[in-house]
Amino acid sequence: MLLIPCPNCGPRDETEFHYGGQAHVPYPENPNELTDTEWSRYLFYRENPKGIFAERWVHSTGCRQWFNMLRDTVSYDIKAVYKMGTPRPDSSSRATPETGTASTGPDSTTTGSAAPSTSTTSILSTTAPEGATK
Amino acid sequence: MSTQHLPEHPDFLWRNPEPKSSYDAVVVGGGGHGLATAYFLAKNHGMTNIAVLEKGWLAGGNMARNTTIIRSNYLWDESAAIYEHALKLWEILPEELEYDFLFSQRGVMNLAHTLGDVRESIRRVGANKLNGVDAEWLDPQQVKELCPILNIRDNIRYPVMGATYQPRAGIAKHDHVAWAFARKCDEMGVDIIQNCEVTGFLKDGDRVVGVKTNRGTINTEKVGLCAAGHSSVLAEMAGFQLPIQSHPLQALVSELHEPVHPTVVMSNHVHVYVSQAHKGELVMGAGVDSYNGYGQRGSFHVIEQQMAAAVELFPIFARAHVLRTWGGIVDTTMDASPIVGTTPVENMFVNCGWGTGGFKGTPAAGMTFAHTIATGAPHALNKPFSLERFETGALIDEHGAAAVAH
Repeated sequence: MLLIPCPNCGPRDETEFHYGGQAHVPYPENPNELTDTEWSRYLFYRENPKGIFAERWVHSTGCRQWFNMLRDTVSYDIKAVYKMGTPRPDSSSRATPETGTASTGPDSTTTGSAAPSTSTTSILSTTAPEGATK
Repeated sequence: MSTQHLPEHPDFLWRNPEPKSSYDAVVVGGGGHGLATAYFLAKNHGMTNIAVLEKGWLAGGNMARNTTIIRSNYLWDESAAIYEHALKLWEILPEELEYDFLFSQRGVMNLAHTLGDVRESIRRVGANKLNGVDAEWLDPQQVKELCPILNIRDNIRYPVMGATYQPRAGIAKHDHVAWAFARKCDEMGVDIIQNCEVTGFLKDGDRVVGVKTNRGTINTEKVGLCAAGHSSVLAEMAGFQLPIQSHPLQALVSELHEPVHPTVVMSNHVHVYVSQAHKGELVMGAGVDSYNGYGQRGSFHVIEQQMAAAVELFPIFARAHVLRTWGGIVDTTMDASPIVGTTPVENMFVNCGWGTGGFKGTPAAGMTFAHTIATGAPHALNKPFSLERFETGALIDEHGAAAVAH
C-alpha cells in the first residue's frame, strides 16, 4: 500500500485516497474547432510512462482536496506532491505532456517553465521511506 | 549428498538460436499472444523466416501470471465473435499442437448480487444465445447444485441472486499452452529468441525496416507488437501513441487442497474470481490497482478486499492459507476491448489492450494478428478492434458489460 503525503493532512494510507489519472490535461479551449483526431486525443489518450508520472489524487476520507503528485511507476516511490494548477516541479527535466490539447493555447498550468511553487512538498532528497510501498 | 546421479535433462521443446541479421517478420513479445501469432504466421501464411523476441524468458510475464480462465460470454457481437472463435480454437488446439495442456471445460459461473446484476446477466444470456455462445441463467438453488461450497444464504452483504453459466468455458495450464505453441513454432523454423530486449526501431520515413535490440540490430519487413503492459513503451520508441494505461493486476494461490471447487466462479460485483487448479491450489484473481504501474506488484489492500469477498462467498476458504501473491501489468483501454490492427507506422502492427482478460483470447489474437501482419489488413474478426475506433467513436464498450471484473 502506498503511504501518500497529503499536502494538508500529512502521510496517510492509500485507502483514504482516490486516483484521478494523469495531471495537466486541460479541457480544450476551442472545443468546436477540434478535429475527430484531436477529440480522440483529449478523450482517450493519456501518457503512460514507465518512470516518473504526474498524476492527480484526491484525499476522499480526509480533507477531500485534490492535489498533484509525481510518482515513479516502476518503484512506486513518490517524488513530490504539489498544488493543482501549478506546473510539475521537475518540468525543466522533462517536457510537460500536451496530449490532446493540439488546438489549445498556452496554459500556465502546462507550459512547464515556471520554477517549482513554494507549496511543493518535495521528498526527492529524503531518505525516509515516505511514500514507499509497505 | 546423494550418490545417485540426476537423470538426464529431458529434450528441450525449442532451440535457443542466435538472432539472425534479418527476418521476414519480427514479433516483439514472447508471451502467449506473441507465440500464438508466430504459430499462425507459420502455419496459416507460410511465414517461417520469422523471430519472436522476448526480453526475459519465454512466457514469464502475464502468461505466467493470469488465472487461466477461458470463456466467451461477452455481451457485444464483436466481442462474442472473437472470443467464441478463440474458445473454438481452444477446443481443437490440444490435438493440433499435439500437447495436452489440460484444457478443462468445467464451466464458468458469473454471479449476480443485485437486481441490476440480474437484469444485466439475463440480457447477456440472451445476447450470448443469439451469437451462438452457450449460456444459461441459474437461480440460486441451481448455483448451489453446481458449486456446493458457495454460500447462497440471503443474510450476507451481497447475496447470490443467481448466475450466468457457460458450460464450455473453463481453465487450462497457461505455461503448457505457451510451451505447446513454442514447440510447434520451433518445429516450423521460427526463431524464439529469449533475453533479447527491443531498444528501438529503424525507420525509413514512416516505414519500419528494423528492430534495435540488446543483441544487435535485426532488419525486418514487418513488426508485430505483442507486449501487453509494455505496449506504450514500444509505441513511444516507434513514434506513436496508444490509448493504453498500464495497471498492476494481482492474483494469489492457496496451498494444495483436496478437490472442493468443481467449476469457475466469478463475481464482478464483489470483485473476486476463483477456480481450483488441477494440482489443488485455489487460484483467485483480484481487481486492478487504481494507479498506473509497471512494477508487477500492487497494493495489499486489494488482496485483502478480494479475500474478504472470497471468504464470504466460500466460507470453507476461511481456514485456507495464502501461499503466494503476485502481480502482472495489464494494458487497459477506455472501452475495455483490445486493439488488434495497423498503426500509424507502415508495416508495424499492434496487438494490445487485452487488459485483464488476454489469456482466453490467446488463440484468436494469434490467428487474427497473424492474418493482419501477413496480409497488411485485418481479419473480419479483428476489424472492429482497430486503433481508429477511438476516432470514429465505434467503441466496443465491454466495461461492466462483459461479466468480467475489470
